[in-house]
Amino acid sequence: MSDIRFTEDHEWIGMDGDIATVGITDYAQQQLGDVVYVELPEAGRKVTKGGDAAIVESVKAASEVYAPVDGEVTEANAALSGNPALVNSAPMGEGWFFKIRVSDKKQVAALMTEAAYKTFIAGLK
Amino acid sequence: MDRSQGRAARPGAGATTEPGGASHRGLQLEEPLLFEQDSPGRSGVDFPAAPTAADRLGGLRRKSGVGLPGLSEPQVIRHFTRLSQKNYAIDAGLYPLGSCTMKHNPRLNEKLARLPGFAELHPLQPMSTVQGALALMDELARWLKTLTGMPAVALSPAAGAHGELCGLVAIRAALEDRGESRKRVLVPESAHGTNPATAAACGFSVESIPADARGRVDLGALRAMLGPDVAALMLTNPNTCGLFENEVVEIAKAVHDAGAFFYCDGANFNAIVGRVRPADFGIDAMHINLHKTFSTPHGGGGPGSGPVVLSAALAAFAPLPYVVHGPDGFRLVEMAEGTAKSFGRLKGFHGQMGMFVRALAYMMSHGRDGLHQAAGDAVLNANYLLARLKGHLTPAFEGPCMHEALFDDRFLKDTGVSTLDFAKAMIDYGYHPMTMYFPLVVHGALLMEPTESENRDSLDRFIAAMRELAARARAGDAAFFHEAPALAPRRRLDETRAARQPVLRWRPPTARRVAE
Amino acid sequence: MRYLAHTEADRRAMLKEIGAPSIESLFRDVPEAAQLRAPLDLPDRMTELEVDRAISALAAKNRSAATMACFLGAGAYRHHVPAAVDHLIQRGEFLTSYTPYQPEIAQGTLQSLFEFQTQVALLTEMEVANAGMYDGSTACVEAVMMANRLTRRQRVVVSGGLHPHYRETIETYGRFGGFTVVSADLDVEGRENLADLIDADTSCVVVQNPSFFGQLRDHQTLGAAARAAGALLVCVVTEAVSLGLVTPPGAMGADIVACEGQSLGNALGFGGPYVGLFATREKFLRQMPGRLVGETVDVENRRGWVLTLSTREQHIRREKATSNICTSSGLCALAFTIHLALLGEVGLARLAEINHALAVGLADRLAAVPGVEVLNNTFFNEFTVRLPLPAAPVVEALAERGILAGVPVSRLYPNRPDLAGLVVVAATETNTKAEMDHYAAALAEVL
Repeated sequence: MSDIRFTEDHEWIGMDGDIATVGITDYAQQQLGDVVYVELPEAGRKVTKGGDAAIVESVKAASEVYAPVDGEVTEANAALSGNPALVNSAPMGEGWFFKIRVSDKKQVAALMTEAAYKTFIAGLK
Repeated sequence: MDRSQGRAARPGAGATTEPGGASHRGLQLEEPLLFEQDSPGRSGVDFPAAPTAADRLGGLRRKSGVGLPGLSEPQVIRHFTRLSQKNYAIDAGLYPLGSCTMKHNPRLNEKLARLPGFAELHPLQPMSTVQGALALMDELARWLKTLTGMPAVALSPAAGAHGELCGLVAIRAALEDRGESRKRVLVPESAHGTNPATAAACGFSVESIPADARGRVDLGALRAMLGPDVAALMLTNPNTCGLFENEVVEIAKAVHDAGAFFYCDGANFNAIVGRVRPADFGIDAMHINLHKTFSTPHGGGGPGSGPVVLSAALAAFAPLPYVVHGPDGFRLVEMAEGTAKSFGRLKGFHGQMGMFVRALAYMMSHGRDGLHQAAGDAVLNANYLLARLKGHLTPAFEGPCMHEALFDDRFLKDTGVSTLDFAKAMIDYGYHPMTMYFPLVVHGALLMEPTESENRDSLDRFIAAMRELAARARAGDAAFFHEAPALAPRRRLDETRAARQPVLRWRPPTARRVAE
Repeated sequence: MRYLAHTEADRRAMLKEIGAPSIESLFRDVPEAAQLRAPLDLPDRMTELEVDRAISALAAKNRSAATMACFLGAGAYRHHVPAAVDHLIQRGEFLTSYTPYQPEIAQGTLQSLFEFQTQVALLTEMEVANAGMYDGSTACVEAVMMANRLTRRQRVVVSGGLHPHYRETIETYGRFGGFTVVSADLDVEGRENLADLIDADTSCVVVQNPSFFGQLRDHQTLGAAARAAGALLVCVVTEAVSLGLVTPPGAMGADIVACEGQSLGNALGFGGPYVGLFATREKFLRQMPGRLVGETVDVENRRGWVLTLSTREQHIRREKATSNICTSSGLCALAFTIHLALLGEVGLARLAEINHALAVGLADRLAAVPGVEVLNNTFFNEFTVRLPLPAAPVVEALAERGILAGVPVSRLYPNRPDLAGLVVVAATETNTKAEMDHYAAALAEVL
């Protein structure tokens, strides 16, 4: 996963061949607080860019996680069902949400780079 | 004295702790679960021997035991008495939960609801034997219609949210009757969560109307959102910021001009009852929380009751059953008949009769003049809080307010104290926290509703406590707030743990170990 | 006015502090057009004695079940509630507290609801239960909507043995909530074959045990058929006491259980308030409606309870909530929990045995009346009889003789002349042998 891209909804996406791994950013997990539950899409589900793909919950809030690009879900992170705290401790690593087979890689390239995302969140504070 | 009731009075006093790992603190008694006090074979109820006869269960006799613990009556009395002592209540003191209307619950009402002539009535007795009950429902309906100025009322909804459902279903039925399938419902962003949840349950899409800088519906934004596919506006008035929507007449006109209906959430009707009839500001339907405005007890989360008043345009669609008066006295209409286009039944039987009795007793006790005074005093008390806390906490909007005073968290800026911390510190000062983080349109909201039940001394003491807490936050004593509450039966509880590994029932210790 | 706190002097002083000339001036945001133009046509305040008299007079116009021999059931049952129950629920700390949003000062309510959840799970033999719904009928429709969410299907099959009010409630929600309700024909004798109505679009099958007509049936096979088709089995129980003696829904493979809890702790009360019991499988937890209490610890590691999994609920999830329910039936749930705590394992079993035995005795007495036929071969404490005459006038005539003889089926199904002779009759521990003899003799006279 050499190149990681970011969305304005605070998802990250890392490419490995045709398969992308998707999670939420460190900024997002800080905003949410302790994650208590993650609802993940089942393998085989088609997702579209900007559409609902997962739900992440803290004690007092539930947030949608959107698909950053079009594609088909190939795997969900089973570790999160038993240990949702991984989203807090390792949002960009073990706390990943799901993998998708990307339909159009150009959609990935159009997303923010890490530097652009950093500037973006700096503007939110 | 280091022992209490044979158990350790202080942690570390060398004696046993209760299941759950806590010890008594003086007369703050710990109380284990019922299931941890089981003596198999014991019961708190005596019965004669069952007559012996061959059973007619057709082989469907329960095979395994239920697993209930056995306790004697004194054990059960003591258990629930001790549990009760861990609760705060209106009976104990001021309970300033905004939008919840924690006012005094008169005990006459409890007595009357328990009269065998009401409590021991079966809902399907012959109607000739329940004429007094039907007369009471009819009289309650008359009061509700008169107080709101509306021509009809549906009594059966079980609580406010159920009443919202009743109102929106009536609207949907009326729209269908005129051949329209409008799909959108507009809800201010300050609305109670039940509003969007109800609209969605009725198959509508929900759109949020922004608030203006004065904490009211942005009339221009509303006009821009209205259109031929809007079914209804759901608006709380007085609204959840504790303010009267002063443009409500224009709002109603805009909604009606667009062919839509005006559903009013009546959660805050207590501020205006006896003074303003919602019919006069153009509503089509409104639920009334009898457990708020008319003081039926909240009971730790219900039961409530949510009758819905309906305009002439909606009355024909009212749910079943309803009471009518005929030559043979009162009668319940339980099946659609005649010209009525009732949308059907919302629940079993006829509504929350026990709450009807209490609410009518409350209304009759106050009368027209007393209700007028009660609403006036509720508004007076909230404005008194607003006026005397103004320089100490930060009001979210300009006054006057109605029955509740709304503050934001600007006064806590840079103190390291959050609204939540402030609320928990109130407990250590002897008060139940106000409603917090609601409405969502105000940052770190603190919503205080003192109700008309509080006298001036009580308010002054509360104000003094709030001022002292605000000063303490500004003085940099953040640690005190973060630790609070320290003096309650429990300190802050780990809600993250509760949600991550839900334990929603007791299991025997052996089963627990296996599960782990 | 005895409930109001201020003297006129208080009000003047407070207005001065506020800087307002009058209370009326605080209402200045009310537009002219919305102001009251004429006094409301309502009486003025009354003393406690006057209100007591007026409302007691209405109560006195009713003939309560306590003054007659009551054999009414059909979804609400007259049981003896121990005196301790009403005493405890009238403690102000329970009666006058709010939904337990501040757990540090609401452990009493929270712990008792945790006990309630445990009791409901045990009674129904299900894995998890919530902290209560309004009543059985609304618990039932919530179960249906939960099944629709879980299966992402919109077609509901309803048994002909389900309480008609429950069925009508499902139909109302279906019509406006966008799901289809397939209602089986009335099933007096428990012979319907609902498996034939299940198709690939079916979300759930709703059955009641004992049925509205009192019949007992094992729904295990139906549950298997439902699951084979990807649908769920929703089991309804309207008489909670039956769970002390009859095979519970969990042992029949129920996926969701909706139960009326009135029988334990709560008065007949002319139909409400009652409390709905709601239980399901652990794997369906996230789609459950209503409040849930969970165990946790405080910062000193002491055990305590909190409301949990609130992200399912309307105050957080708004239009995406699993239900719009907010205020529920807390005090009725408390009454249920106290009554069941008093009964305990042996008490509940004994109570259920007595109910059944008395109902057997009543069925035999009524069957011996010429022209009367008992239609059930199985039942718990309630059964259906066929009279040779339309039942409603017979029931009226027996009420004249101090007997609430049962619920004529025609009251709930007025458009079914073929059922006009049917009466649903219940017996509980409150009925004496003398009452039952009197009923049988009076019925023989009336017919």
